[in-house]
Amino acid sequence: MALIVADNIHKDYQVGDVVVHALHGVGFEIEPASFVSFVGPSGSGKTTLLNLVGCLDKPSAGTLRVANTDIARLDRKESAAFRGRHLGFIFQDFNLIPVLTVYENIEYPLMMVQNVPPAERNGRIERLLGAVGMADQKDKYPDQISGGQKQRVAIARALVTNPELVLADEPTANLDSHTAYAVINLMKRMRDELSTTFIFSTHDQKIVGEAEVIFRLEDGVIVAKETKRGGNYE
Amino acid sequence: MNNLFKIALRNLMRYKRRTLLTASLITIGVVFVLVFTSVTGSFKAMMIGQITDSMMGHLQVHRKGYVASIDNLPLNLNIKPKAYQKIADVLGAAPEIAAFSPRLKFGGMFSNFTETTNIRLNGVYPEKEFQTIPLLTSRVSEGRKTLSRGEIMIPVLLARGLQVKVGDAVVVVATNVDGSVNGKQFVVSGILESATGPGGRDGYIHIEDAAEVLRMPEAEISEVAIRLKDFSRLSTAVNHLEGQLAGEVNKEGRSIFEVHSWEKLSPFFNIARMIDVMTFFIKIMLIAIVLISIMNVMIMAVYERIREIGTIAAIGTLPGKILSMFVIEGFCLGVLGAIIGNLIGVAVVLMVNLIGIRFDFAQQTGLLLSASVNPADLLFISVIVIVVAVLASLQPAFKASRMEPIEALRHV
Repeated sequence: MALIVADNIHKDYQVGDVVVHALHGVGFEIEPASFVSFVGPSGSGKTTLLNLVGCLDKPSAGTLRVANTDIARLDRKESAAFRGRHLGFIFQDFNLIPVLTVYENIEYPLMMVQNVPPAERNGRIERLLGAVGMADQKDKYPDQISGGQKQRVAIARALVTNPELVLADEPTANLDSHTAYAVINLMKRMRDELSTTFIFSTHDQKIVGEAEVIFRLEDGVIVAKETKRGGNYE
Repeated sequence: MNNLFKIALRNLMRYKRRTLLTASLITIGVVFVLVFTSVTGSFKAMMIGQITDSMMGHLQVHRKGYVASIDNLPLNLNIKPKAYQKIADVLGAAPEIAAFSPRLKFGGMFSNFTETTNIRLNGVYPEKEFQTIPLLTSRVSEGRKTLSRGEIMIPVLLARGLQVKVGDAVVVVATNVDGSVNGKQFVVSGILESATGPGGRDGYIHIEDAAEVLRMPEAEISEVAIRLKDFSRLSTAVNHLEGQLAGEVNKEGRSIFEVHSWEKLSPFFNIARMIDVMTFFIKIMLIAIVLISIMNVMIMAVYERIREIGTIAAIGTLPGKILSMFVIEGFCLGVLGAIIGNLIGVAVVLMVNLIGIRFDFAQQTGLLLSASVNPADLLFISVIVIVVAVLASLQPAFKASRMEPIEALRHV
């Protein structure tokens, strides 16, 4: 059963007197434990689509089911609860909380969103700190670590709640190519270990090649779906 | 909840200078209010003490209608001995009453045999009067602090005006209720410093001498001055006594007696009220300071952290928790300002006492201001500051909690 089912999604924005059609009749399905990329030039609708799937926005028309939930029907509070329970987020600018240490940043969703008991929290955080290679940096604050390290922490924070889906909007945009590959590979390894679905958007063609399923968007429409088989896309 | 406090405190420490400035502003406000409240409160307590303990008592019982014509000291509105006994029985049985003193008041002529002037006199039982009005003896500037039959204590202005000294013989002449005149010779036993307010320039004689001058076979009573064990229970005591004495009615079914607290009898109650009003407005100023400074700093905090709010909202933090985070920041600022303000305020009050500020109150000169901090004031001011701090942070916190994560994340 597909983790995400999108059918004939439209998204329109009102900008002043002008209506901007960001998505036109987008439809797709994504299976659990996939490693998916939305690719396209600026303004193609990648981020809009990610925001809809991430329950941060609602489609103007069409249906969108994520983890068997029609997310268009959720109200503000239910949306927040849904995100906290099912989703993880990785941001282009890392968006770590500056007053919390590396450890506390990863702990935040467990503590403030899922209310996991401290004993259980500690085990999960330590395991993820080890997995992302940040165990020896756990007491540092975000301004004391590099961009690549910040993104590793962000990945750990996104995964610590055991979400079914992690959404990453341009996760490598602010990293050098070496670090970008390291981050993508880390995400892939995490997918392999935890069977979590990853969807990331990018316009970096080298990074795109790491995705197993690629949805190409142009002007708010999916123009191609490519699936990697044996190192090549079909 | 602990985690919310941890995050709130760290966010406050993140902008140390701003937090310090805001807390300082609240601190200054708290110090100002605390010192003002302590000093004016002490001044007020001293003023009330002077009025009640040196002449008036905490409350008084009169025959109905007496207070309305109190300036005339009407003899026809005195309480008869039988009726007074009923009052004495009630007062004797009332647990809140420390002492009471019946007085026979009248106006007369005072003569040193060469000059004559008018005088207001209180006929009292000296022991009862000294128990009820404990500062009366401290007003005796010359002579003995006792009063026996045949003796008179006179106000200092009268003594100076007529050049009368302790030990001198004087004559008091008065008209009794029937209109006939009588006189009696007294020896001056003491000279009294003036107190402030009505009765502050009265003289004192023994009540039996007063009855003799007025040709009363048995002393009638003009008023009963009462001292309470606990002054803070004044209004309760007045209500209780009114209730107890309400049963005493005349033939028309109207109550015979009326009970008045010092507040109803002394014009200085209005000064006390003015002090309360000033204190109230000072507290309003404190509320304004806290409200504006906290609201300002919290609006800034929300504006500067829009992306952070977007992030925590995106990862599933419920709006209520986001609201709590900011409200707790305001709460912590309020607590910080209240604690530091109270500590500094208490220190300033102690310094005021160490310096020893003296002031004059009416005829009383060189009164030493003894400022004291009432724990209830500390608590009240702290609660005001903290509650206002929380209220001031509610609007920015509500705004933060209502932010759409998608818009907040886009904020640059």
